[in-house]
Amino acid sequence: MIAEFGHFALLCALCVCLAQVGAGLAGASPGMAGLMRVADLSARAQFFLVLIAFAALTYSFVVSDFSLAVVHANSHIAKPMVYKIAGVWGNHEGSMLLWVVILALYGAAFSWGERTMPHALHARILAVQGLMGIAFLVFLVFTSNPFSRLETAPFEGRGLTPILQDPALAAHPPLLYAGYVGFSITFSFAVAALMEGKVDRQWARWMRPWTLLAWVFLTLGIALGSYWAYYELGWGGFWFWDPVENASLMPWLAGTALLHSALVAERRGTLINWTLLLAIVTFALSLAGTFLVRSGVLTSVHAFANDPARGLFILAILALFTGGGLALYGWRAPATPTDKFQPVSREALLVANNIFLATATVTVFVGTIYPLALDALGGPKISVGAPYFNAVFAPLTIPFLVMSPLGPLLAWRHDRLLPLAARLAPAALAAVLVTLGLALSRSGTPLLALVLLGGAFWLVGGAVTDMVERVRRVKNLTQTPLLSAPVAHAGLGVMIIGIIAATAWRQELVVAAAPGDTLSIGEQSLRFDGVRERAGPNYTSEQGRLVYLDGAHTGNALLPERRFYEAERSQTTEAAITTDLAGHLYAVIGEPVDDKRVVRIWYHPFVALIWIGAFVMALGGTLGLAGRVRRPRIATRAGA
Amino acid sequence: MSPKNARAAMIISGLWFLALAAMLALTALEDNIVFFRAPSELAEKPVAAGIALRVGGLVRDGTVQRDGLNVRFQITDLAHQIDVRFTGMLPDLFREGQGVVAEGRFDDAGMFIADTVLAKHDETYMPPEVADALKAAGRWQADAAHPGTDYSDAAYPDATGRKTGAEVK
Repeated sequence: MIAEFGHFALLCALCVCLAQVGAGLAGASPGMAGLMRVADLSARAQFFLVLIAFAALTYSFVVSDFSLAVVHANSHIAKPMVYKIAGVWGNHEGSMLLWVVILALYGAAFSWGERTMPHALHARILAVQGLMGIAFLVFLVFTSNPFSRLETAPFEGRGLTPILQDPALAAHPPLLYAGYVGFSITFSFAVAALMEGKVDRQWARWMRPWTLLAWVFLTLGIALGSYWAYYELGWGGFWFWDPVENASLMPWLAGTALLHSALVAERRGTLINWTLLLAIVTFALSLAGTFLVRSGVLTSVHAFANDPARGLFILAILALFTGGGLALYGWRAPATPTDKFQPVSREALLVANNIFLATATVTVFVGTIYPLALDALGGPKISVGAPYFNAVFAPLTIPFLVMSPLGPLLAWRHDRLLPLAARLAPAALAAVLVTLGLALSRSGTPLLALVLLGGAFWLVGGAVTDMVERVRRVKNLTQTPLLSAPVAHAGLGVMIIGIIAATAWRQELVVAAAPGDTLSIGEQSLRFDGVRERAGPNYTSEQGRLVYLDGAHTGNALLPERRFYEAERSQTTEAAITTDLAGHLYAVIGEPVDDKRVVRIWYHPFVALIWIGAFVMALGGTLGLAGRVRRPRIATRAGA
Repeated sequence: MSPKNARAAMIISGLWFLALAAMLALTALEDNIVFFRAPSELAEKPVAAGIALRVGGLVRDGTVQRDGLNVRFQITDLAHQIDVRFTGMLPDLFREGQGVVAEGRFDDAGMFIADTVLAKHDETYMPPEVADALKAAGRWQADAAHPGTDYSDAAYPDATGRKTGAEVK
């Protein structure tokens, strides 16, 4: 009954979306402001209706209603409650419902939050959001109905893939979707502006906080996914250049470019066409990511759906919105005012930033899509893995790192290089000294790694310089947006330091160990005590024991596990990780070999900086957002 | 430099950068593409030693030999098979009859030296390349199993190789 109620709520939401599109489009005409009110109310009603549907599905998972096909296929009575709830989006139908909920939430938040812009623009944005709501609700209801019943209700469910039964993974999809779907608002901004044919600095000013919001969520979502892969898969890596990961990286790169180009559009009134294009492309890449992951084109832990009809439907949505957006852009893009840039100015550096990010997006796109396209066209099966991406990214990153610290310190319009050099001299000196120190103390570090590390130190140094200058100039720390850029840039630098250090200085040991053997990695010795059996709530496990013989952790033990989940008939590796300032010691156990056991240990120096850096980046974005929300509204009204 | 010239210089340097990046990407792509080959394809058209390759199929029954960290086994698409050697830790669900993909290269003696062996965490999972290889070799039972559905021994006895061991020879 509850499930039927949820299904009905989805159908109601679909009807409300139709009203939202109609009222939004009509409400944009002069003298029809009353209809705009209808569009606003529809956006909010849509959100409440899909939220009801979501609550109904969650309830069905909580009470283990196995008469629902999704619950039966993805849940189990013995599963801990938190994973019953996380199981709601741990499957195709539920995750698409979550997508729709977040889409509606953004629409409603826009309707509540944005009251200062002209009515026509507001109404049109709601109409475009409603159009997306229709597309995804139709997809949900007609190809992926989460509320479809089984003819006879089984007594037990089939369980959730055990590697998905993890706290980080419970939070990863909602964050990632909040990022992907957040770019729907910027897409709507672009399409609405193109419909009006009027785009100006003020438009960019209204759009930027939404871009920032989506970007913060996407950054956190990707970082959490990477952290999960690191500790849960037991492969000892943090990024695998897997197509599914690339699918989330592409909108992030494009979204980061959008963030910076919108800044130029807002402050200087130029690059507006490029910003419009980026807004369309970023959301198109978010949709493409959804298509890749959800269509079954890629088979991975993410690819729940293998029904070709669903793949085709998402492809149609992708084609409709991307094609429609780009066609509208081609037809209506405003004539550009001549963009006059001085080469030594902040906007020139932001253009360089965009060239880099656009190039990076294209190279990821090529490496991800090429094997799929070749396969689809009946060509040979190939794979493009980490070597390609590393070979492309490492050299691209160097000029980017060299230039990045200059931008924020340059004035808009025109500046001079010599004073800038003096301001940045301490940062440059520090970066060179630290890098030289590392080159001497850690001999054998590859030159490329040293250059990249130097670049990352330079980026952090530049960000610190920028921070100090801004604080001195304003003397008011509550002006958080002021610190947004330097904090985010420092976060990026910290993340790159983590990536390079953990890659270049990584040590690895694989042995077949007998109980009592001493294993040495780096400067650390551990004693292997063998393996014992253990029972968990819904699994049985073999737990190995490695005891520290020296160093700060002497006497402590690492307890890596291999778990077998009976309900799902599936096995997982649980890595044991010791964290300290200098890095992670990461151990997993493998299969038995005679009376020995395969043990694999990695030392990952400074690996935690990767996720700390990503978090600091997101914090930087949030600081920018916090200031935006508090900024008085009169200014924007006057600007309109 | 006048503003106009400066802008032209910026555009030209931007284009240079893009051309350079495109060249970089294409070169990297050319050097780093890894082809997938099924055992039957390799029987028909062998690949020279030393070329990076992905090979997929089922781990043939009764062929897994361990010696400490060294493992030898055969990958089969139930029509042909390849000898594989691997040193290190095998994935959780590596076992006889399971679908796997090995990355590595042939040595001069025709032994496939794997750097990586991939098998998924889920017993019921079949790598799509392996499914296609089995299809190509005519050993696929579409109604019994396709990627992502039940691939337990009971549901699909044939593809585990247990019952077709004789035919394989």
